[in-house]
Amino acid sequence: MEDALAALLIFVVLAVAVALVTQPLRRDRVERLATREQLRREELEAAKEAKYREIRDAEMDYRTGKLSEGDFRALDRQLRGEAVEILRELDRLP
Amino acid sequence: MPILGRACLILALVACAYGIGAALYGARAGRREWADSGRRAVYAVALLLTVAFAVLELAFLRSDFSFATVATHSSTTTPGFYKGAAVWSSQEGSLLLWAWLLALWSSLVLFLTRHRMRDVAPYAAAVLLGFGAFFIGLLVFAASPFHVLAQAPAEGNGLNPLLRHPSMMIHPPMLYSGYTLFTVPFAFAVGALLARRVDAEWIRSTRRFALAAWFLLGIGILLGARWSYSELGWGGYWAWDPVENASLMPWLTGTAFLHSVMIQEKRGMLKVWNVSLVLATGVLAILGTFLVRSGILDSIHAFGASTLGKPFVAFIALLALGSVVLVVSRRELLRSEARLDSFLSREAMFLGNNLVLVGLCFVVFWGTFFPLISEALTGEKASVGPPWFDRYTVPLALMLVLLSGIGPVIAWRRATPANARRNFLVPVACALVCTAVLLPFGVATKPLSLAMFALAAFVLGTVGQELVRGVRARRAMASESAPVAAVQLVRRNRRRWGGYTIHVGMAVLFVGVAASSTFQHVRDAALVPGQTQRVDGYDVHYVRSFARVADDPDKTGAIMTLGAVLDVSKDGRHVGTLQPARNYYPGSPEDGPVGQFVSGDATSEIGLRAGLRKDFWVAMQPDNVWLQRAIAKANRRDPAKAPLWLAGIAIGYIKQPPPASFRIIASPLVTWIWLGGFIVIGGGLIALWPAPDPARRRVTATLRARVAQELGRA
Repeated sequence: MEDALAALLIFVVLAVAVALVTQPLRRDRVERLATREQLRREELEAAKEAKYREIRDAEMDYRTGKLSEGDFRALDRQLRGEAVEILRELDRLP
Repeated sequence: MPILGRACLILALVACAYGIGAALYGARAGRREWADSGRRAVYAVALLLTVAFAVLELAFLRSDFSFATVATHSSTTTPGFYKGAAVWSSQEGSLLLWAWLLALWSSLVLFLTRHRMRDVAPYAAAVLLGFGAFFIGLLVFAASPFHVLAQAPAEGNGLNPLLRHPSMMIHPPMLYSGYTLFTVPFAFAVGALLARRVDAEWIRSTRRFALAAWFLLGIGILLGARWSYSELGWGGYWAWDPVENASLMPWLTGTAFLHSVMIQEKRGMLKVWNVSLVLATGVLAILGTFLVRSGILDSIHAFGASTLGKPFVAFIALLALGSVVLVVSRRELLRSEARLDSFLSREAMFLGNNLVLVGLCFVVFWGTFFPLISEALTGEKASVGPPWFDRYTVPLALMLVLLSGIGPVIAWRRATPANARRNFLVPVACALVCTAVLLPFGVATKPLSLAMFALAAFVLGTVGQELVRGVRARRAMASESAPVAAVQLVRRNRRRWGGYTIHVGMAVLFVGVAASSTFQHVRDAALVPGQTQRVDGYDVHYVRSFARVADDPDKTGAIMTLGAVLDVSKDGRHVGTLQPARNYYPGSPEDGPVGQFVSGDATSEIGLRAGLRKDFWVAMQPDNVWLQRAIAKANRRDPAKAPLWLAGIAIGYIKQPPPASFRIIASPLVTWIWLGGFIVIGGGLIALWPAPDPARRRVTATLRARVAQELGRA
């Protein structure tokens, strides 16, 4: 009795596992993994977020006294310039 | 049901093999459906291993001794609470837990990243399935948890009494969760290198999982230390034991990675270093498992010699060699995008912190493997003890605490001397005040401890100053009340404030370690009731002995307990009452009708009075010669009345106790270690708490603007 139950459970588990794994292969349309443009866009989006975080951190550093006003202005100008370059490149993507 | 468990393991191995092939084909050919199928193979492995683990867990809970592993690691007398945890006290069960947790965490990570990193994720899935295949292969071919005995014994050997401690229920799953989660950034790093995509995106996608691994491994280490302190009967929390060290090494390199990764995210620097750190952490996580499972080094925690050493060594060699080849072959892609502007910058401090952490890891590695190194070179196995470790780790720990104080208050890129002066004034003043306050208490005789206390004050000063300035800045910008501003400050940058909280916790923890290890008073004494021992100005008076038979309030399965009631006082004032004891567990019927009840392992039950200022810790050992004589005498009597004779021994111990050996320890600030640990956990939770998704935030902002616009039009 226990063996029959075990066999049934093995069959059920196997069926679920096979259904789970083969589901994407049963799709009607074939999809490409990712285009070069999509990858570049993801890369630039990540760079943009990092640059924005850097700008916010610099502002916090200035407000908490870690940067002098002169240093902050120069750094902020440079970081915003770098962010603009990233946005330009993002806009150029098709 | 062992056949169901075995079938699940075999199917899981097949799923791993299929998933590796499908994911790699999908990645190479750019076929998304195959990459998705490979990812889903990870889910299938998780499902199959969940069923396998449930089968084994049920066997333990039902005391099904037809399973060999249940018969050797549990018994009907093992309390139900601990039967569930007995699964991972065995070699096979522990490997199954590893593989199961790996599959669960891998599934979660691959599910959460299924729409991102589409070029890297299939390779990462293949690597994670490779890890799974190795561990499931061990379970199928070398250490099956579903091995069935031809004839099931009526009773099992029982769970090692040392493991009958609440923290042992969660310590191994926490450690293993840490180890297995550290394979996630490893897998994504390999994926990023194979896909030639080494920007900050793979770090951004997996940093949270590295943090979760660090967090869980840290909790596991802390629980292990607590178990050692309250269960092992030697009075310490850290012994530089190989198995303890095995968990510390990946934690140290993981800590280094979590710091240096910020430099890559912000500046595009240290790419080679970061990828090497994460690969090393993954390899060290497997090395840690190898040290526990192989029995290659003597340890109180390891599970004895086994045959798993060779496959583990081969696997670790493959991982290490593969990592080196991959990094070297991609060195052109891993060039830094920027240079270090100044040594007076946060980047430089992070770099210093990384060097110290890696240095600490190297010291721990060298000390741990010294017995093997010395045996290879001289033919003799020599080991190094705690003094050797302390000689190198104490100065490195001091530097680490110093850097953890400097980091938060120094600017990115370049700090000017004027700013540095302004930012360090308060923290340095805190350190000086702390030194001045402690000097009259004789702390100056221990300069390294004094330095640690001063540096911890410096860290508290820097974080406190950051909080005050941050709140002030927010109030100036948003006109908030101070508490609201503090909460908003943390909410807006959980990662930073989680990190600062962790720094505070580590400083508190190090103060506890420095104080308790330097200013500890230890006395070993043999006492009879009525006698008193003086320790650190306290009088420990042995009031009376006590004994219990078949009365086990902690539900550990102990048959007999022999103990002592101690009264602790200072200058005639009662401080507390302690009841250290020794628990005796059942052994083999060959030890006689009475002896069989108590001839198994024995454990120390600690008498502990913990306080913020001082811990009073006592372990006792009843006279074993007296006990063996009493048992031998009882064994010769009528076996039918064996329980009565055992009760007689207990009564004899109460009425005329022989001298008992006591180890009495007065340690200052041990509680600070656990308190610091809790603060670290709190900081980890702050850092781990999910921040709103930026994409979702942008959409919400756009929708809000539209609502405002349309309302305005109406």
